Amino acid sequence: MAHDPQDIARHFMEAIPHARDLNMAILEIGEGRCTIEMPYDEKLIGDPRSGVVHGGAVSALMDTCSGAAVMCHPDNPAGTATLDLRIDYMRPATPGQTIRAEAECYHVTRSVAFVRARALDDDRDRPVATATGAFIVEQGKRP
Amino acid sequence: MSRPSPEPVQIIKKRRDSALEALVGGIPYVSYLGIRFERRGDELTGILPFDDKLIGNPMLPALHGGVTAAFLETTASIALAWSRLWQEVESGEVDPDSLDPTSLPRMPKTIDFTVDYLRSGLPRDAYARARIVRSGRRYASVQVDGWQDNRDRLYASASGHFVMPQGRDD
Repeated sequence: MAHDPQDIARHFMEAIPHARDLNMAILEIGEGRCTIEMPYDEKLIGDPRSGVVHGGAVSALMDTCSGAAVMCHPDNPAGTATLDLRIDYMRPATPGQTIRAEAECYHVTRSVAFVRARALDDDRDRPVATATGAFIVEQGKRP
Repeated sequence: MSRPSPEPVQIIKKRRDSALEALVGGIPYVSYLGIRFERRGDELTGILPFDDKLIGNPMLPALHGGVTAAFLETTASIALAWSRLWQEVESGEVDPDSLDPTSLPRMPKTIDFTVDYLRSGLPRDAYARARIVRSGRRYASVQVDGWQDNRDRLYASASGHFVMPQGRDD
């Protein structure tokens, strides 16, 4: 019996030490789409004067979310790893607010999965950051 | 006419090291990841000591791609801020002993950052060095190399664009 891709991705996500350490939580996952939240935390601050979260923490969230979107895509049989990731920062995230990442794996070939993602705070109309990435499709379980 | 004797080396080193410490030490996220910087003259090397919490793939195990991105981005922005601060400290414009998180120069703002993952990040210490490709009055472009056991076998490389802060209260 085939494993439910949602279960695999959810289990995998919870097993990622760095995602767990940043208290990331999956809100929705399936069919190449994923939404993950990361609560505000003082240890994530990049600018002590304003309390704004460091861009690197937003990158970690977007990378996790993008990887999970690849993992739960129906055409991806196994695990994945990031090939490249480009992040555009539109504005600083508002201090104190949870950051939410939404990723969509919009195309999968035999070897590469293509993903776009965005990061939002409470102001859903103005993204904090957007990302595009290419991920490895592991060939392990293909015939 | 006799030249003034040069400053003792210990005093110069202390001044430079305390300026660097003031720049890096005040950022909570940098402390959380455990990143520190080694200085040779004005050249900085970022060091990310391995820790279990940095793992992204527990099967291999491998460093989290987001950690690698954050490490390289931090190295790039610290290198940029440091190049400005270095000039200010060396010219005597800024006294490093007076630097604290409220009087430090604002950090450059990242516009975009692109990371190429060349090898999986091993569960070991990682190193990074940035090269400022262009630093204008308003914008800067930076390239960063990341490696682990071998300097010639990069595990990641990145490039990014930054907006430079205009003055300390910008």
